[in-house]
Amino acid sequence: MIRFLAVRALTLLAGLFLASLIIFISLRLLPGDVAQVIGGTSASPTQVEAIRERLGLNVPLPLQYLDWLGGVFTGQLGSSVVSGTSIAAEIAEKAQVTVPLTFYSLTIALIVALPLGVFAAYRRQALPSRVLSVLGVVAAAVPAVWAGLLGIVLFSTWLGWLPSQGFPRDGWADPLAAIRSLTLPALTIGLIEGAVLFRFVKSATLSAIGAEHVRTAMSRGYTRLGALVRHGLPGVGLSVISMLGLQIAGLLVGAVVIEQLFSLPGLGRMLVFDVGQRDLIKVQSTLFVLTAVILALGALVDVVHRLIDPRLRVEEQ
Amino acid sequence: MSARRGGTLHHLVRSPRGAFALAVLGLLALTALVSLFWLPGNPNQSNISEAWQSPSPTHWLGTDSSGRDIASRLMAGARVTVLVVLGAAIVSGVIGLALAVVSALGPRRLREPLIILIDVLIAFPTLLLAIMLAAVFGSGLPVVVASVGIGFGVQIARVVRAELRQINAEDFILAAKAAGLSRWAILRMHLLPNTAPVFTVQLSLAMGLAILAEAGLSYLGFGAPPSVPSWGLMLEESQAFISIHPLVVLWPGITITLTVLAFYLLGDALREAMDPRLRFGGRRDGGERNDLGDRSEA
Amino acid sequence: MTVTTSGTSPAHALPLEVNDLTVSIGDTELLHGISFSLAPGERLGFIGGSGSGKTLTALAVAGLLPEEAEVRGSIRLGDTELVGKPDRELAALRGERIGVVFQEPKTALNPLLRLGHQMTEALALHYSLSRAERKEAALRLAARVGLKDPERIVRAYPHEVSGGQRQRAAIAAAISAQPGLLLADEPTTALDVTVQKGVLQLFRELTEGDDTSLVFITHDLAVLAEVAERVLVFDGGRVIEEGEIAQILEAPVHPITRALIHAAGGEL
Repeated sequence: MIRFLAVRALTLLAGLFLASLIIFISLRLLPGDVAQVIGGTSASPTQVEAIRERLGLNVPLPLQYLDWLGGVFTGQLGSSVVSGTSIAAEIAEKAQVTVPLTFYSLTIALIVALPLGVFAAYRRQALPSRVLSVLGVVAAAVPAVWAGLLGIVLFSTWLGWLPSQGFPRDGWADPLAAIRSLTLPALTIGLIEGAVLFRFVKSATLSAIGAEHVRTAMSRGYTRLGALVRHGLPGVGLSVISMLGLQIAGLLVGAVVIEQLFSLPGLGRMLVFDVGQRDLIKVQSTLFVLTAVILALGALVDVVHRLIDPRLRVEEQ
Repeated sequence: MSARRGGTLHHLVRSPRGAFALAVLGLLALTALVSLFWLPGNPNQSNISEAWQSPSPTHWLGTDSSGRDIASRLMAGARVTVLVVLGAAIVSGVIGLALAVVSALGPRRLREPLIILIDVLIAFPTLLLAIMLAAVFGSGLPVVVASVGIGFGVQIARVVRAELRQINAEDFILAAKAAGLSRWAILRMHLLPNTAPVFTVQLSLAMGLAILAEAGLSYLGFGAPPSVPSWGLMLEESQAFISIHPLVVLWPGITITLTVLAFYLLGDALREAMDPRLRFGGRRDGGERNDLGDRSEA
Repeated sequence: MTVTTSGTSPAHALPLEVNDLTVSIGDTELLHGISFSLAPGERLGFIGGSGSGKTLTALAVAGLLPEEAEVRGSIRLGDTELVGKPDRELAALRGERIGVVFQEPKTALNPLLRLGHQMTEALALHYSLSRAERKEAALRLAARVGLKDPERIVRAYPHEVSGGQRQRAAIAAAISAQPGLLLADEPTTALDVTVQKGVLQLFRELTEGDDTSLVFITHDLAVLAEVAERVLVFDGGRVIEEGEIAQILEAPVHPITRALIHAAGGEL
C-alpha cells in the first residue's frame, strides 16, 4: 500500500509538472511577445518595455518558469498586470463560488442518476424505464447553454421562483440567498451530467443483474432483488466512485460556461474575462490551478478506490 | 478478419436508432451542401426595421433581433457544424490512432512517456484546452477544431490502445508472427481492422461532443467569429432577449440537440452492428458457454 | 453431512420429481418436456454437449432462471411444487433445501466479500447466528471441505486463494445450511486436473448417505464415471437416454450417447 501511494504521488507530481510545462510553453512561447500581447496593438514600445520589466520577462525563460512554479506552490502569484489585483487573492475569492457550485451540481447528478439508473436497469421492460432511457440520451445531447437558457425561461421568467443572474454581493454571509443563486446553474449542469451518469449506472446495474456472483447469492437464499442489492450494487457503487474523478472534472468545466450564462462571479467567468483582456499571466496561473485540482482529484479517487476495493489491495502475507 | 462494410451498413439501416441517426445526419449534410448554393433569405443582412417578425412565407422561422432571417441562419449554421465535425473527426482520428499505435506497440522507450502524456492530456479538459489556445492564437474555428481534435484524440487513443493490446495478445496474432508477417503487415491486416469497431464508435461519440464543444465555445466568444452564423453563436445572441422573445432560443438548441443525438445513436447502433459479428466466438478461457448466453445489453 | 450448528439437525433429502418441464425465453423453447426423478441420497449425472439443456434444467430446479424465462410443467421437491411459485417463496427454499455449486469460482464468488462471510451466508440467511457462531461455523465448514489453514482462508478474499481452494470454499457456501439437494454445474471443469480428483472425492464424501441428493452436471465422461450412480443424457433440450452409469458407459442405446462415448474413447 505504501508503495502504491508513493507511486501514485509521483505520478501526480509528474502530471502536475507536465501540465505546468504545457501551459507555460503555450502561453509564453507561442504568442511571440507576451508583453506586446498584453499591452495591445496600440501600446508604444516604451510601454511594452515597461510591461516586460514588471513581469520579469527579460530574465531567461527557464528561470521565469521556475519562478512561476515556485510562486504557485507558495501561493505567491503576483498581481495582474491589467487590473493590479493580487492573483492569488482573486482566485481564492472566485473559488468560493465555483467550488460550491461544483459540489452542488455533483449532488444533484448523483441524486438523479443513482436511483433512476438502478431502477431503469432493474425494471427494464416497464414503460417508465424506457421513457427514462430515452430522456437520458436526449438530455446528454442537450447543450448546457441551451438547457440553462430554457431553465431561465421556465424558472425565472415564467415562474419567478429562482434568480437568473448574479450572486449576492456579500457572498456567503446569507447562505440561503447564495444557494438560491446557485440552484438554477447547479440544476443545469447537474441534470446534464446526471444524464451521462444515469446511462453509466444503468449499464453497470444491467451487468450486475446478469453477473454470476449475483446469481450465486440468489442460490444461497436471497430474492432476486435482495441479491442485486446486497451483492450487485456495491460493485456498481465502486464503478461510480472510479468515475467520480471524471465526473467532477466535467462539472468543473461545465461551470465555466454556466457561470458566464448566469453571471456568477466564479473562476470560469474570471477566466473568460481574463482571456478577453489578454491577461496572459493571470490566465496561466488560473489554468494551472484548475488543472492541478482536476489532477489531484483524479489521484484522490484512485487512492480511495484502491483502499475500498479488496481486489486491488495487495495482501502482505 | 476484416470488417464487412456492406453487412454493417445493412444492419445499421435496419435498426431504428441507426435509421434515425443516418436520416438526421443525411439531412444535416444535405442542408449544409444546399446552403452553399441557395438560402431562403440572407443570413447576414441586418435590417432593424424587420426585427422580431413572426414566421411568414418570406421568413419561414421569423427574424431575430437584427432582422436577419432565422431559417437562413440555421441552414448556414449547418455548414459550420459540418466543418467542425469533419475537422474534429479527422484530427482526433489521426491523433488518436497514431498515439494508440505507438503507445501500444512502439518501442518501450517511447511507450512509457507517451502513456503519462496521454493521461495528463486526458485530465486537461477540452474546454480549458480550447480557452488556452484561444488565448494564444485568438478565437476562431481552427482553434475549436484543434482543441477538440487534441482533446478527443487522446481519449480515443486511450480506448484504442487498450483494444490494441487486447487483440495483440490473441492467438491468431501469434500465428501471424510465426508465419513471418512483418510488424507493419500485422498492423495493417489484422490489428487495425479489428479495432475498427471500437474506433468507429469512439469517433462517432467524439463528433457529437465536438458539436457541443463548438456550441459552448462559440457562446463564450472563442469559436466562430460574429460574421459567421453558427448555432452556438445564435444561442448567445438570443440570450439578451429571452425574457421578451423566449421562442428564438428554441431553434438553434433543437438543431444542436438533434444532431448530437444523431451522433450518439449512430455510435450505439454501430456498436451493435459491428460487435457481435466481428468478435471471435466462444470464450478465451475455453470454458463452456451455458445455454443462456449473454443476456445483458446496455 | 456432519456439519451442525447450534441445535438444528441436518435435514433429510427429499425426493425430486420433474414432469414435462418446458422452459422458453421469448419465442424460443429451450427445454422440451423434461421428465425425471431423483431419489433421496441418489447421485444423478447430467451429461451432454454444450447447449443441450443440462444446465438450464438444473437452474430451473433451483429457481435461478432469468426473469424473462417462462416455465411450464412440474417440479416437485418432496410435497412442494416449485413451478409457479413467486420468487420470495423460492428464495426461502434456496440455500436451505437446494444448494448450487457453479462452474467458475472466480466469477461465481463475490470478489468484494471475504470467503468466510460467503461460506456462511446461506446459514445466516436462514438461521439467526451471532458473530461468534458464524465465525465458528465458517471454520468448521472450511475444515469439512478439506481446506488447509482454515483461519487464513476464512479471512481471505477470493482472489487471494488458489482455484481449487476457491471451489472448495464455493462448495462450503453451497452446503452451509445443509440443503438436502445439491446441484453442481461442471464444478471441476475450470480446475487443474491435479486438483479435480480431490474435489470429486469431496463431492462423493458429502453425498454418501441418504442425507443429500446430488445432481452432477458435466460434459466429461471420465468425471461422470467417478461420481454418478445414474445418468441422464441431454441433447437439444431433451433427455434422450437414461440409465445406470455402468449401463450407459458399456451399452449405450441412443446414437448420440454412442457418439459421446465413442468420442471419449480411450480416456475411460
